[in-house]
Amino acid sequence: MFEAVLLTVITAATPLLIAAIGELVVERSGVLNLGVEGMMIMGAVVGFAVANQTGSGTLGVVAAIIAGMAMSALFGFLVLVLVTNQVASGLSLTILGLGLSGMIGEAFIGVPGLRLPELYIPVLSEIPFIGPVFFQQDAVVYLGFALVFAVSYVLFKTRAGLVLRAVGDNHTSAHALGYSVVRVRFLAILFGGACAGLAGAYMSLAYTPQWVENMTAGRGWIALALVVFASWLPFRVVAGAYLFGAVTVLTFHAQAQGLGIPSQFLSSLPYLATIAVLVLISANRRLTLVNTPACLGKPFVPDR
Amino acid sequence: MKSILKSAVAALALAAAGSAAQAADLKACFVYVGPVGDFGWSYQHDQGRLAVEKHFGDRVETAYLESVPEGPDAERAIERFAREGCGLIFTTSFGYMNPTIKVAKKFPDVKFEHATGYKTADNVATYNSKFHEGRYIIGQIAGKQSKSGVAGYIASFPIPEVVSGINAFMLGAQSVNPDFKLKVVWVNSWFDPGKEADAAKALIDQGADIITQHTDSTAPLQVAQERGVHGFGQASDMINFAKDAQLTAIIDDWAPYYIERVQAVLDGKWHSESTWQGISHGHVVMAPYTNLPDDVVAMAKETEAKISGGWEPFTGPITKQDGTEAAADGVRLEDGAILGMNWYVKGVDDKLPQ
Repeated sequence: MFEAVLLTVITAATPLLIAAIGELVVERSGVLNLGVEGMMIMGAVVGFAVANQTGSGTLGVVAAIIAGMAMSALFGFLVLVLVTNQVASGLSLTILGLGLSGMIGEAFIGVPGLRLPELYIPVLSEIPFIGPVFFQQDAVVYLGFALVFAVSYVLFKTRAGLVLRAVGDNHTSAHALGYSVVRVRFLAILFGGACAGLAGAYMSLAYTPQWVENMTAGRGWIALALVVFASWLPFRVVAGAYLFGAVTVLTFHAQAQGLGIPSQFLSSLPYLATIAVLVLISANRRLTLVNTPACLGKPFVPDR
Repeated sequence: MKSILKSAVAALALAAAGSAAQAADLKACFVYVGPVGDFGWSYQHDQGRLAVEKHFGDRVETAYLESVPEGPDAERAIERFAREGCGLIFTTSFGYMNPTIKVAKKFPDVKFEHATGYKTADNVATYNSKFHEGRYIIGQIAGKQSKSGVAGYIASFPIPEVVSGINAFMLGAQSVNPDFKLKVVWVNSWFDPGKEADAAKALIDQGADIITQHTDSTAPLQVAQERGVHGFGQASDMINFAKDAQLTAIIDDWAPYYIERVQAVLDGKWHSESTWQGISHGHVVMAPYTNLPDDVVAMAKETEAKISGGWEPFTGPITKQDGTEAAADGVRLEDGAILGMNWYVKGVDDKLPQ
């Protein structure tokens, strides 16, 4: 029983985790991309379409990542080269993604999809309880975990990560030191797009293997909230995504058990948890200031 | 944030709809709450619109707006249609009720049709289908086919239409298995494939081997297929998503009604009324019975014929969850009692959200 619940939680948390870890990198570089939902839904439709046409889930995932990156490249061009307003550009990216995906996906409505195969990791997958839960998943789940470790390592243990954080914290100084703010940010945005695309592919190829319009149903926005929830720290994103997934799934179990708690209250629990954590985090001013990218959302125009 | 987005989407859609051509006898316009690609509620309404186009050819022009959120945006969308020369406007979600009435007051010459509501005016008619007839049939099938004797019901919002669906399902199941158990999970959304799938998994993990839903996506059926249990399609025939799992589906067929009402406007015979029909008028259609033994198919068809002949599933004896009597033996619940249902029948394993 507990095992089954945990399996469901992992499925529910994975798309949030992947999209949020991508957005975390983007925001660490000082850019706020509100287009996560749009990039995610494009990943979902392109991933589904390619997997459906070629019969290969792997190709679908790759195509979804490329689609997410293409969307983010558009965003990057707007906010970095044309220096448009980041909030407005991000919102339009979401609207564009929702509309465009509906158009692309029209031919795939009502077509059953294919599901990414589960990869059993030798030896580890045979451990009782832990094995079936953590080591008998599809490749995207593993990739999600790997991404968290990789992002955490690169951000805090490498020079590249230091430069990225410097650009996000003080773009003028980073620029004065000779780093190309625009290039660093563009790469970060591309990474965020790739992650959002991958998260979308997980929706349409593993979570619910089908294409329907608006199937991400606001998960891109939750991913955005998770980044703040995690105070821009990678491992807290994992905690946030799993907390969110767990609360969602447990509310269904509580209802099916007939505990008699109002379902509207249960549905609002994940959001209440987010607010509570935000309050707790902001109570500690020092910690908040240390981790918040100081230049988040501020445009930068190189003077030479 | 999401509502800002949605209104922006609606505004874009409005701009697109504005550039349609003229020169038909009537322009019939449709407002949908979901995307036409939801393969559920809005999809079926759009199938009805396409049937109107096909039936009338050049005489009738149609237009639609999709993903229009319930609330102030809906009012703007409906009013825009009215200004644009739509002679007949179908507003296809419960939450469009007040906006429809408001706009109808400003445009007395335009005719409005509101789905699933209860407020009418001289130029506002309402229409709905007796979905609970189909739910009674699938309840009977569930009662026969469930090995654990427990079904899971994924519900959207605690409005009378959904509650009466749950009750009809339960009455159907109890008619063949008096000890039948029904677990209800509310996802508080009409359309969220991920959540619907999670809810289905939770129900199956807790012992349900039949899954049914009053939400719009195909995700719960897909979960049923994967887990080797059974389920029913909702709004559309979803057999392609669950070849071994779907037993039948309750299909909303709006085409006959839409064609009839457009014809009435063309003939100048349209007047405000409240239409509420089901299987007998072809507004509710059962998809082919699949993955079932012959005797169960025969039973389902017999019930279908009985309902088509005028029998009402909400005929007593019906006992409420709290033990009081809702209808005595042989007494048929009044339409109003079904349309405003806010209580569970005995045996439902859930507390109705109030």
